[in-house]
Amino acid sequence: MAIESEVLVVGGGLAGLTGALAAAREGADVRLVSYKQSTLRQASGLVDVLGYTPDGAGPLTDPFEAIPSLPDAHPYRKVGVHTVREALSLFDEAVPTYEGGHTDANALLPTHGGTVKPTARYPAGASAGLASDARDTLLVGIEEMVDFDAPHVAAHLDAAGVPFDVRGETIRFPGDLRADAKVTRYAKLLDTDSEVAVRGRMVPAREALAQRVNPLLEDEERVGFPAILGDDNPGEIRAELSDRLGVDVFEVPMGPPSLPGLRLEDALFSALDEAGASIETGNPVVDFEGEDRIERVFIEKNGAKIPNSADQYVLATGGFVGKGVESDREGVYEPVFDCHVPHASDRYDWFEGDLFGDHEFARYGVATDDDLRPLDASEHSEFENLRAAGSVLGGYDFAAEKSGSGVSIATGYAAGQRAAQEAR
Amino acid sequence: MSDAESPSEFDPVAPNTGEEFEPVDVFPDSDDFDLRPGADSCYKCSTCDTNCPVAEVDDDFPGPKFQGPEQWRLKQSDDDHDVDDSVMDCSNCMRCDNACPSGVPLSQMHNTARGEYVSEQMDKLSVEYVRNRILANYRTSAFFASKVPRLANAAMNFGPARWLMEKTLGVTSERDFPEFATQTFREWWADRGGQAQSRENARAARERRGLPADADKKVAYFHGCYSNYNTPEVGKAMVRVYEAFGYEVVAPKQKCSGTPMFANGMLDDARRHAETNVSSMADLVEEGYHAIASCTSCSMALRQEYPELFDIDGIDEVAENTFEAVEYLRIHEDLREEVREAEVDGDLAEEFAYHAPCHSRNQGLDRQAVELFRDLDGVDVEDVGDSCSGISGTYGWKEEKYEKSMAIGEEMFEHMDHAAGETGMTECPTCAMQMEHGSGYEIRHPLELLEAALVE
Repeated sequence: MAIESEVLVVGGGLAGLTGALAAAREGADVRLVSYKQSTLRQASGLVDVLGYTPDGAGPLTDPFEAIPSLPDAHPYRKVGVHTVREALSLFDEAVPTYEGGHTDANALLPTHGGTVKPTARYPAGASAGLASDARDTLLVGIEEMVDFDAPHVAAHLDAAGVPFDVRGETIRFPGDLRADAKVTRYAKLLDTDSEVAVRGRMVPAREALAQRVNPLLEDEERVGFPAILGDDNPGEIRAELSDRLGVDVFEVPMGPPSLPGLRLEDALFSALDEAGASIETGNPVVDFEGEDRIERVFIEKNGAKIPNSADQYVLATGGFVGKGVESDREGVYEPVFDCHVPHASDRYDWFEGDLFGDHEFARYGVATDDDLRPLDASEHSEFENLRAAGSVLGGYDFAAEKSGSGVSIATGYAAGQRAAQEAR
Repeated sequence: MSDAESPSEFDPVAPNTGEEFEPVDVFPDSDDFDLRPGADSCYKCSTCDTNCPVAEVDDDFPGPKFQGPEQWRLKQSDDDHDVDDSVMDCSNCMRCDNACPSGVPLSQMHNTARGEYVSEQMDKLSVEYVRNRILANYRTSAFFASKVPRLANAAMNFGPARWLMEKTLGVTSERDFPEFATQTFREWWADRGGQAQSRENARAARERRGLPADADKKVAYFHGCYSNYNTPEVGKAMVRVYEAFGYEVVAPKQKCSGTPMFANGMLDDARRHAETNVSSMADLVEEGYHAIASCTSCSMALRQEYPELFDIDGIDEVAENTFEAVEYLRIHEDLREEVREAEVDGDLAEEFAYHAPCHSRNQGLDRQAVELFRDLDGVDVEDVGDSCSGISGTYGWKEEKYEKSMAIGEEMFEHMDHAAGETGMTECPTCAMQMEHGSGYEIRHPLELLEAALVE
C-alpha cells in the first residue's frame, strides 16, 4: 500500500503551492509534500512578474508586454503570456489581501535597503508606501532592529530620486525589548496589543508605539515601519496606528525572516486547505520507483521510507537555494528524480570573475518541453507524468530579472492544472 | 595553522579536481557527538526563530538559533565555554527542526546542550533540580499513584498539599493533576487475555475481511505512561482498531519514552529508560513487528531523539520501524476509504476543536487528523490553528513558567473558543491537559474517534 492521491506536488514554495491549488481547483485529489516549512518565510512577500529584461533593460513598465520577446528557453515562453495572466488571477483570488491586480503596469516599491523595486503584486500593508506616490514620507526604524536603519534607507531613497521628501528617525520600541528580539516578538505584542511598560506605566503596545512616533512626525503624510506590524491582524494594527498618527501607515518589506512572507504562506496554505488538498511538511522525498513513468515516491522519516503514489507528479523543489538543484565538483544535478540539468562541463565556466557578473549558474535548472516536462540530455521527456515548476526550472535568472515569484506562480499554475487534467 | 593537514599544492584560483584531493578531517576520532557540521550548515536565516513559541512571548529568551548553532560554534572554539542558562527556558517543542531549510539538527543541539548544562552546571541540591527530576520521572510517581488511584486523585488535588508543593517545590498550584485510572491499560490488557486474545481477535477480523488467516500483520504497542496510567481508553481504542484491521497486538515491557527527561536535561535517566525500550522493541522488530505509539511525543522520541542522542544496540532499527498509530494505518490500509464509508453516532458524534501537537510536526502528522476525518459522516473536526499549546510537557507545570505557558496557549484557547464544537481533540496527553485547563472542554484522542467509526 501507499499514501495515494491523483496529483502529488513535491515542494511547498510559491510554485508548489500554486500548482497544488490549481490542481485542486480542477477537481483533482491533491497532495503536497514539502521537506520543511515553506521558503516563503524567507521571501519579501512581494510578487514580481518581470522587472528587467535579461539584458538588464528596465525597470519595465509593463512586464506582460516584454514576455513575448524573452529568449525561447525562458519559462514564461513555455507557458505563454495568457497563462501568466490566468495564473495571476488565481493568485489574486486566493490572496485577496494583495494589491496591484488593477493594472498591468509594475508598481515601484521601496525596499529595506533603500532601493526601489518594480513588482506586480504587493501586500495591502505596503500600498501606502509606493515610490510613485508623491506624498512626503517619514520612515521609522527600531533601534534594536539593525536590519532597518531608517535614516540610511531614507538617504538611499533620496539618492534614487524618489519624487517626495523622505526622512528617517530611529526609536526604541516601547517596552524595551532585547537587542535581537525576533520579528515574531514584535508582531505578537502588536497582534495581542499587550501592555508594555513605558516610564513605569503600562500602556497597550499600539498606543505606546504611536506615542513614540507622534512627536517625530513633522508635515509628512505617511509613515513607514519595517514589516513587523502583526502576524495575524496586520490590517487592524495599521488602521489603529494610522488613526493615532493621523497619517497613512505602511510597512517596508524586509529580508528573512519575513512577516509578509509568512502571511503570504498562511494565506496560500489556507486557500489550499479550503480547496481540499492534503499537505505534509517535515520530511523529504528521497527516492522514487518507475522507468518512463513515476510509479511512486518515498518520503524518508528517520530511516523509514513511506511510499506515496499518484498518477501525476509536479516537481517544485526550488533552485540552488531551495536545494531543488544541487552541484558538486563533478556537475549540477536535480536530486529527487535525477532529471538532467544542462550545464557547462568545465565548472570554471559556471560563473564569471565579476561578483555581480552574468553568471551562467544563475540560469541553471531543468529544461522542459512546452508542457513543462523535464527533458533528458537528448531532449526527450524524462518521465511522462512529471512536470516541473518554479526555480527548479532553468533558462532564467530571477534575481537579475526580478521574475522569481511570477515564474513560480505561472509555471506552478500550468503544471498543476495540466497534471489535474491528465490525472485518470 | 591548525593541526588539520592541508593538501600540498592547493591554489585557490586554479582548478584542482584533477589532482588527488583529500578532504580534511578536522576533529578525528572523537567519541562525542560532533555537532559542528550542523552548526556550519546554519546560514542564519533565522527562520527557526520565527517558529519559537517561547521567543514570541518572552524577549529574554534568545531563541533556537542562539541555543543551537551559535552556542555550538562558541563551544567549538572555546572548551571552557559554559552553556547559557537560557537553555532551560527552551520548552523542547522541537518546532525549529521543521523550520530549518538547511537541515541543522536544532533540537539535537538543544537536548545535548541542556543535558550538559544540567549535568555540569546545575546545582544538584537545588530545589529546581529536585523538582525537575521529579517532574521528568512522571512514570515513577504515576506507577505508585496507580496502585491507589482513588487516594492519589484525592491527595494530588488536595488544596493545602498543592499549596505546599508550589511553595517548596515550585510546582504550580494553578493546574489540576490528571486523574489516575482505576484500572491501568496493562491491567486491562492482562485481564483481557493479553497477546493470546489479541491473536484470536485478529484472526477473526482477517476472516471477516477475507484476508489469509496467517497474514503477517503484527504490531508492538508502545502505549507510553499516559495511556497506561491516565487514559487507558486511548490504549483500548488502539488495540480494538488494530485488531479490527486484522493486526495482532503485543504490549511489550516498556518504560517512559524519555520525552520529559530530554526536556529537563536528565539524559542519564532518559538513557536508562531508552535502554529498556530499545531492547524490548528491537527484539520484536527483528521478528517483523512494527512499533506503534499513540502519543506523538513517544513516537517522536523513539524515531528521532533516541538515534540523535544515544548509541544503543538496535536503536536505528527501532527508529526506522516506529510509527504513529493512525499514520501506520494510513500507509498500510485503505483507511481513507474506510473512514469515508463509515459514520459516527452517539457519544462521539461531535464537533471537535483539534489541536496538532508540536511533536507531530516533524513527523509530518500535524494535518493527519483533520484531513482523515474530513470525509467522516457525523463529525466535524476543526483545526484550531498552528500555535503551540504552551504546556510542553512538564514546562507548564513549573511555577515560574506557568504564566509564560498560558501566554503561549492564549492563541489556541481563543481559537478553541471560536470553534463550533465544545469537545477538544489532540494526540498529545499534555496538550490535552492544557486544552482542558484553558477551555474546560473534554479532550479526546483521534484513535477514540476511529474506534467509534470503524469498530462495532
